[in-house]
Order: sequence, then C-alpha cells, then structure tokens
Amino acid sequence: MKGQSPKVLRLKVNRRAYRMAVFPDTPLLWVLRQNLGLTGTKYGCGMSLCGACTVHVNGEAVRSCVTPVSSVIGMEIVTIEGLSKQFSQPLQKAWIDHDVVQCGYCHPGQILSTAALLAKNPTPNDSDIDRAMSGNICRCGTYQRIRRAIHYAAEIMAERVNPVRNSSRALNPALRGGKLSEPEAGPEGAAEHDF
Amino acid sequence: MSRRDFIKKSGILGGGLVVGVFLSQQGSLSMGSTRSRKSFMPNAFIRMGVDDSVTIIVNKSEMGQGVYTSLPMLVAEELEVDWSKVRVEAAPVNPAYNHTVWKSQATGGSTSVWSEFDRLREAGATAREMLISAAAEIWKIHPSNCRAEKGFVIHDATKRRLSYGQLVEKAAQRKVPESISLKQPKDFKIIGRSMKRLDTLEKTNGKAIFGINAKVPGMLTALVAHPPVFGGEVKHFNAEKTKAVPGVREVIQIESGVAVVADSFWSAQLGREALEIVWDEGPNADLSTSNLREQYANLGKTPGVIARKDGDPSEAFNRATKQISAEYEVPYLAHATMEPLNCVVDLRHDRCDIWTGTQSQTMDRDAAARVAGLKPEQVQIHTLFLGGGFGRRANPQSDFVVEAVRVAKAVKKPIQLIWTREDDMRAGYYRPMWYDRIAAGLDSKGNPIAWRHTIVGQSILEGTPFAQTGRDWIDETSVEGAKEIPYDIPNILVDLHTTRIGVPVQWWRSVGHSHTAFVVESFMDEIAHATRKDPYEFRRKLLAKHPRQRGVLELAAQKAGWGKPLPAGYGRGIAVHKSFESFIAQVAEVSVAPSGELRVHRVVCSIDCGRVVNPETIAAQMESGIVFGLTAALYGVITLKNGRVEQSNFHDYRMLGIQEMPKVEVYIVQSEEKPGGVGEPGVPPIAPAVCNAIFAATGKRIRRLPIPIEELKKL
Repeated sequence: MKGQSPKVLRLKVNRRAYRMAVFPDTPLLWVLRQNLGLTGTKYGCGMSLCGACTVHVNGEAVRSCVTPVSSVIGMEIVTIEGLSKQFSQPLQKAWIDHDVVQCGYCHPGQILSTAALLAKNPTPNDSDIDRAMSGNICRCGTYQRIRRAIHYAAEIMAERVNPVRNSSRALNPALRGGKLSEPEAGPEGAAEHDF
Repeated sequence: MSRRDFIKKSGILGGGLVVGVFLSQQGSLSMGSTRSRKSFMPNAFIRMGVDDSVTIIVNKSEMGQGVYTSLPMLVAEELEVDWSKVRVEAAPVNPAYNHTVWKSQATGGSTSVWSEFDRLREAGATAREMLISAAAEIWKIHPSNCRAEKGFVIHDATKRRLSYGQLVEKAAQRKVPESISLKQPKDFKIIGRSMKRLDTLEKTNGKAIFGINAKVPGMLTALVAHPPVFGGEVKHFNAEKTKAVPGVREVIQIESGVAVVADSFWSAQLGREALEIVWDEGPNADLSTSNLREQYANLGKTPGVIARKDGDPSEAFNRATKQISAEYEVPYLAHATMEPLNCVVDLRHDRCDIWTGTQSQTMDRDAAARVAGLKPEQVQIHTLFLGGGFGRRANPQSDFVVEAVRVAKAVKKPIQLIWTREDDMRAGYYRPMWYDRIAAGLDSKGNPIAWRHTIVGQSILEGTPFAQTGRDWIDETSVEGAKEIPYDIPNILVDLHTTRIGVPVQWWRSVGHSHTAFVVESFMDEIAHATRKDPYEFRRKLLAKHPRQRGVLELAAQKAGWGKPLPAGYGRGIAVHKSFESFIAQVAEVSVAPSGELRVHRVVCSIDCGRVVNPETIAAQMESGIVFGLTAALYGVITLKNGRVEQSNFHDYRMLGIQEMPKVEVYIVQSEEKPGGVGEPGVPPIAPAVCNAIFAATGKRIRRLPIPIEELKKL
C-alpha cells in the first residue's frame, strides 16, 4: 500500500451498483463490511482458512478475506443479505426446521457455500457435501445438522422445480441451477450509490 | 417506602419506567427507551404491550448454547403466552439481572437454566396472575374463575375472553402478588418440549448483530500490537511509516501495547504491520513447552497439597498384589471462538457505552468504570450476540474491554477494537497445560484398592477475586473431576502442585474437567485392560453407590451395542463423567487404518441432566461439546518457544471439519431431579472415549494430547 491512494471503483453487490473510493488491494470482505455496512459476511481468520467470509462472485463461492476488491470490479457479488429467495427461502426453512445454528457466526458463510453447491448440483450426496463444505469451519459443531439441512433444502428445491415429472418447467434447464442473486430491494440496475 | 417495596407494590405502567426506577437509585443513565409508553413491566424480565407483544429480557449472554430460547421457555410456560409472539431482548447491566447465586451479572458454569429455573417461572406466573386479576376486575368476577391460555384470559362459564394486549393497562395497576403458585411438572406444556430456537432467522439472513458488527457514528477502528512474550513491554517504537499509511489517524502507546487507530480495518492493519517496535521481552522470554514439561514431570514425582485422602493409600499400595501407573499430559488450549475478540467503546466525560459480546457484564462494567474514571452506574454495556464464548469472554481482568476503553480514552473518539485471529490466538488466557501422575494398587482379584492421582499445573483462580490466600489453598477447578471420582475405591489420594508460570490462563469450556476426565477415564480403562476385564463392566461394578452415573453408563453402552462385533481395525471406547451437575457417558467407535489414519465414526452420548427444559438444546449441546472436545483431542495444541506462542491461525491450530464429523446420537434420561448444566458436560468424556477406542482397535495407549497421529502410523 506504499504510496497508494484510494481509487474510485465500481462494484456490483446484491444487484446494486456502488461507486466508492477504496484502496485497490483492500480485501473485499472489509469493503463489504465497512464501506457498505453489509456485516452479514464475517471475519474469522483473514487467511481463507475458515470460510466465514464466503460470498458469491459470478456464481462461485469465494473467500472475500483474501480477494482484493480491485479483482472483482464489474463482477456480480452476492452476500448473505442479497441471496435470492430461490435459495434463501428453502435454506432458511431447512436451517430453522433442523435447529441448525448455535452461535450463528459461521452460518452466512455456510449458507453461501451451500447455495453455490446446490446451484451446480441440486442433488448432492454426502461426499459432494464434504467437498463443498469442508472449508467452512463451525466451532460450535453444528455439522451434522448442516448436512441434514442441506439434504432437506435440496428436497424442497427439487419439489419446486419438478412439481410434476416431465413437465416443461421441470425440463427447463434454465430453472435447474437457479439464479443465485435477485434484485432483493430496489430496481434492477439502480442508480449508482456513492460511498 | 423502600425501593423494593415500591417495585413489589406496583407493576408500573410506562415503557422503561420500572427499569428507570432501578437505575435512578444509582445514577442518571437514561435508558433512551424507544418503546411505546403503554407497556406493562411487572418485573425486570417481562415487558408486554397493548399490541399483544411479549418481550422477555434475558440476563444471560447467547453464545450458541440456546439461552435466548430456553430461558424464555421458562417464562412462557407460566405466562401462558403464544410462543410465536415471544421476542427476546438482552438485559442491560443492572443488579436486577445478577446471577441468582453469584450475585453478579454473568453467564457461565453451565448454570443459566438451573439458576433461573425458579425465578423466571415466578416472573411469568406473577405477570399471569396480574393479567387474570385485571380481567376479573373488568368482568366483575373472582379471579379463580378465570384461566390464562395462549395470550388470553378466559372465563369459561360465559365464554368471554380478553387478549393480554387488551389487559396490560389495567394489569399494570394491579398489586404485584406477594406469593405465587407455580405449575406442577405434569402440567408443563412448553418445558420439556423441543421448542425451535428463536434466533435462527436472524442468524441465517445476515441481520444478527454480533459484537464485531456493532457500529456507532464516527467510530474508528483500532488494532493493538501486543508484546510477543507475556509480560513484555514496549521499550520504544517508531510510528513514522505507520502514520504515512493513508487512513491511519493516531498511534498511541497504552498499557497493553501500541494501538493503531484508523478510518478502516485495512488501514489499521497495514499501519500496524508498518510499526517498528522494540520490546523489552520481560521475565518470560525463556518459556518453552519442553522446559515446562520437564519441570512439571519433576514436580509430579514429589508430594503435593492434598485435595482428597480416603483411608490409608500408602498402606494399601504396599499390600496391593499389583500396581500400575502412568503419566498423562495435555497442552495449553486456546478458546478460538469463531468471532475473534472485539469491543466498541463510546466514552464521554460523564458516561461510557460499550457494545460487545461478553459473558461477564458486571465485571466488565466495573473494570471499564475504573479505567475511565467513572462510576459503574455511568457505564452501560450493550450485550450483543457472541460468536462463541467458551469461557473466554468472561475474563476476570476484562482484558479486551479494558484495552478498548484505554484506546477510546486516549483518542477521545468512539472506537472499535478488533483482535485479528492472530491476536486472539496469541493473547493467552488459555486452558492450562497439565501433567498427571496416576497409579492404582490392585488386589488379587484385580479390584482397585488404592488410587493416587497427582496433578501439576497452574491455578486459574489465582490472581482473581475468586481465589483465597494461604499456602495450602487448593484451586478446586484444578482438581474437579479428579477429586470427587465416584468409583468405589477405599483408599484414595489426590494431590496438587500449583505452578506459577507467566502464561495467563482461564476457564475453557468444562474447565478442570477438560483435563481430569481424560486422565481418570483413560486410566480406568488401563486398569480394566490390565486385569482382562471389560471396560464397561469394570466401571459399572464400581458405580453401585452412584445410580445416576451408572444409569448413563448403562444407557450409552446399550444404545451403542457394546460388546457386538466390529470389523477389523475398529474399536469401541467408553467414558463416563459427571460435571456441572449432569452425568454423561459416551461410547466412541473409531477405526485406525493400516496407514495409521484415524477416523471417528460414531459417538453415542447419554445424558442425565435432571429435569429437561428443551431436549433440542440438550442434543445440540452434546453434539457441540463432542466436536469441541474431539477437535482438542485431535488437533488442539498451544506451545511456547523462546517465550512466544508458536500457533497463530487455523492452519496450525486446526479445527475439525464437516468431513470429519462423526455420527452423534444423543439419548436423554427423563428425570425429575433438579436441572443440571448442558453447555459444558459434553466435552470431558470424548477424549477418553476416543482414546479408549483407539486402544481397543490397536492396542496403543494414548497418554498425551493431541493424539499423536504420527505414532498411529507406526503400527
């Protein structure tokens, strides 16, 4: 950061556009938390070891604590606050029905990793879950419940996509994976916000 | 009229007025109530509105253990309220919210449910009676003809009903009843049922406010450079490069190190990295784990202060047919809460507001007041969700709170102190390292007739207000779980060497039990195997006088299918332990591959915690305790070299991941006994259960944690 000065960058977060003056190598995590006030994404380690900072960038689960903000300009960033209803509804229901959380600190990260998994693989088996979720630490040990909730959420989502076998809706590939983000609040392509 | 009489005689109408009365005795701090004026607060724990809302003010910190659900259940049971209308609020710091036994506002010791079991039910019942009384007055009938159900007072004979919201104004004018009768357990509708947690939604949509998420206008971010050696001090420092980092506002030396205060976390981080500090390393610069281990082992050979002596142990050892002995060691452990420590402080000339996740509000408030030069009544702590506590957030020195207040005092602006993971890992206040020397004398039938257990390690309570003076004072937390072993052994000696090492130590989930259960339950297994007895039967016979402990042992063994054959390379291990008024037994099933790879497949856990409040909470806490203890057994280690802590983050202080999670089954004994704790008791038995299973699978006895996986490879 020697000799650096803040640069004006444009970010797209939760389908809204923002313009802000930040140091280009600031981790995305801290831009989200402090510049945008989106504190759902958490700091746990700063070294991509715990997964609490997981967000989506262009549909991929990404550890925002080691992602310089300059590297995600123009990309679709989704945080827990902006997760589309298509995913947040079944996941929240699954998490509530299985009493998954304890302290809750890791769960936005757990949920975003889960959403990224289900978007690519709507019917994950236990090995798929292990692979996708092994980077999300839970110090309270809610793992067994997370696993159950993921299976349950997958079932809920499968029912929604395939209410009747062989229906044209069920066969529509565009609806299989699902969009990870939606304009949750505010119009699409809203006017830029200055931060 | 005394203050107490005033509170008792009227449930005052008006938003924060009742709490305001408490506080006005002590200071002028305004609650800044934004609530509607028309609310009913019959006591410090309940606030009800004309809109049928019911807010339960919880005096315990929510760190995942579920008190924001289980404690409202106690109120709701007697209050007869619609559970879907219940909201929870964190209590401010006030003597009204003191722990019923400790006389200080604090959460810990797995005591929340049992210590509030009566008081919260009485609070709910009191409010219910006042609402019934109000309805009876409106209907001009006797209160005994009314009943309350799901937020309504009902007169069955005329089928009239009034909602609580319709009654609060009148209820507030009623006298607070002098005596209250509580429900019989057979009539419980909520207590004993698996009610869903009340905080899940906000913890899954990003809205939950943890300490680290707190924000006040104009707040700056502070990081503090701590000495690399405990007890070290700043000799001098150069902040030139730090101040050149854009965003850095101030660099100041405080008692605990050098603080960098900046506009943002990132500026503060880079600023701190650019600090050039020369440290006076102080008296602990030579501390190393290898030296400490040697020192402890030597001490363990000599007699310590006696914590328990039954019969004549040395005589019994002399006549024993056989003796077996062993040495056990466990390391320092960090709490490693998922949310690293942090604290927001807004300090004015006549008041101080603090936002943080703390387990010890009164201690922290008093410490903050001392440092800020204010009266305790001028300090308010706003307790937020804790991203894990495990005892770390109840620090008798209020270390992170005091540090934040010092920074705020120096810069004269609101600040958020954040500890990075590295700061958190290296700041000390660990579960102590321990060395144990243990021996048993057996008669000709292989029954233990003599038992000697020598413990070496630091005292957690020494240097805190909880310690006592005197050369032979024993810190009970050093010997708990070893001193009061339930086994029927006629001659027992337990003794303790308290070491004084410059590493700060603290209670860590299950405290002394986290170490003593490993030693006692592993050694019991050693005796069983040495005498060719089944480890379950061996323990069972020696628990004849302890039916509850024997009961959980039997239940776990039965559910685990103890004795049924297992494939080659697999083993089962059992452990039973009482802690925090609850009895737990665990059976672990493990496999050790020829490569030495260890897998814990299944843990069957039985618990007798007396009367059950929320079975879901209990199951979750057993799962949680098992993961916490298993993580420590497999990976937990804090070591010192040249005075420095060697570990810093999750790459060298490894955490169990989902892919390693065993299948955990929890069986809860139905009991009428008074409730015991559940937050901690799941931790102690897992390490011995797993190590006993490893022995069953491989013949290899583990006496030192973390389990040396490398040594399993040699088999």
